[in-house]
Amino acid sequence: MFIKEYLSDIYKATKSLLTGMKRTGYYFVHPKEIITEQYPDNRDTLKMADRFRGEVIMPHDENNEHACTGCTACELACPNATIKIITKFDVTPEGKKKKALDTFVYHLELCTMCNLCVQACPTDAIKMGQNFEHSVYDRSMLLKKLNRPGSKIREGVE
Amino acid sequence: MYTETQIVERPAVIDPFEGDGENLVINIGPQHPATHGVLHLVVTLNGETIKKVEPHLGYIHRSIEKMCESLSYRQFIYVTSRMDYLSAHINNHACAMTVEKGMQIEVPARAQYIRVIMDELTRIASHELWWGAMAMDLGAFTPFFYAFRERETINDIMEQTCGARLTMNYMVPGGVMADLHPTFQQKVKDFITLFKSNIDEYDELVTGNIIFQSRTKGVGYLSKEDAISYGCTGPVGRGSGVSCDIRKIYPYEVYNQVQFDEMLETGGDSFSRYQVRVKELRESIKIIEQLIDNVPAGDYLAKTKAVLKLPKGEFYTRVETARGELGVYIVSEGGTTPYRIKFRSPGFSNLSALDHMVRGSKIGDLMATMGTLDLVIPDIDR
Repeated sequence: MFIKEYLSDIYKATKSLLTGMKRTGYYFVHPKEIITEQYPDNRDTLKMADRFRGEVIMPHDENNEHACTGCTACELACPNATIKIITKFDVTPEGKKKKALDTFVYHLELCTMCNLCVQACPTDAIKMGQNFEHSVYDRSMLLKKLNRPGSKIREGVE
Repeated sequence: MYTETQIVERPAVIDPFEGDGENLVINIGPQHPATHGVLHLVVTLNGETIKKVEPHLGYIHRSIEKMCESLSYRQFIYVTSRMDYLSAHINNHACAMTVEKGMQIEVPARAQYIRVIMDELTRIASHELWWGAMAMDLGAFTPFFYAFRERETINDIMEQTCGARLTMNYMVPGGVMADLHPTFQQKVKDFITLFKSNIDEYDELVTGNIIFQSRTKGVGYLSKEDAISYGCTGPVGRGSGVSCDIRKIYPYEVYNQVQFDEMLETGGDSFSRYQVRVKELRESIKIIEQLIDNVPAGDYLAKTKAVLKLPKGEFYTRVETARGELGVYIVSEGGTTPYRIKFRSPGFSNLSALDHMVRGSKIGDLMATMGTLDLVIPDIDR
């Protein structure tokens, strides 16, 4: 009886190992079922999902105009003090002073891409961009100014 | 492999300094591939036999509880993704639920369905990673890639709907941040079809493997009484026969409307815990299948005030993460930020049983036992 059990154990053990090896062998001869992305080489075809959160961007239209009123809602919503908004006072044609955006400072190095600023924005002036390759040689290069030079607020955005 | 008598007759408490003076103290970690993070174990050995294991914590302590006290009720949710990063969705869910409980916000039915589907997808992804890492702890490298193949599909689904792969911050008080992506349902169905055939490969590769069975059966035994007294929850508790599934005991969201079984194993050893998790993978698929076609139309986000203020008082909710019971306890003084937040994390309680489980066993069994505890170190330290 002892020898019978001993042999059956060996048989079961070998069978279990071979079952596993069969699976490995299957993929060895079916290389097309293996999915590996060769990342730096497929950069031209790589497309991130539309909602992918890579960085905060401020879209400008063809007249170099944005939709930011400088209300600082995003600054208040940010948990990490990533956004700092510097405002200035524009003089309207009627001679009144009006608050406007001077500089939209964005600390990419502090950002956790939580999307709370985009949700808080009442005028949809900022959104999340899909770029995720942010490595630079110096930390100070991660400090960004989101509004382009010479840009102004779009007509009709309050 | 130990027989049952050997396990029972093993002395409960061993003095590490008694004996012939041949004890050896070695440090495993904080940087060690087998500890899956910065966990530091001080192991007292006599020959190859473990006399005592002392976990040293704090290497990745970021004082998340303290940080939350200075963040508003919308802002603090994103931080909790960094606790148990493998079930980030479920952590966010627990926090959002606590705020909703305090504010008495009614969550729309569509948001509840989306939340549960996302939770179960997260659970599958988390168990996948554990399965790969567990096999790698025991010396099998290939299963790691098999597990990541399926996990990648889930990550892609998450990326499309939530916008991120790991730390989504998708649950907000009152519902979810964005509606489902138009292709979400089809992609999940495709994944389920693929996963159902692939999960059988797991059994072929690892579960039936004689080497794996010899290294896990009878190893790291934890009795039902000990599991209760150490506060072990999740698959660790259920592997010892403790019925502790929050989804069954205190159903939240739509868990009381779906049919699923709580997986219980009475073995109490590493292999039982392994089996609980692999069976949970199949259960999660069952839950998703019931919900994915029935997501009701409507709002995905309830209308809430611009500034959330919880009334004065204490609020506690608990959810079942991939590792066990996560409790969120908020003390509010009526302001815009919480006065105190406490997280009851599953990893901490499960780790506390490690010393008891491995005393008297061999050092190789320590890795097998730790693997089945499914430790995520930021969850322990917070």
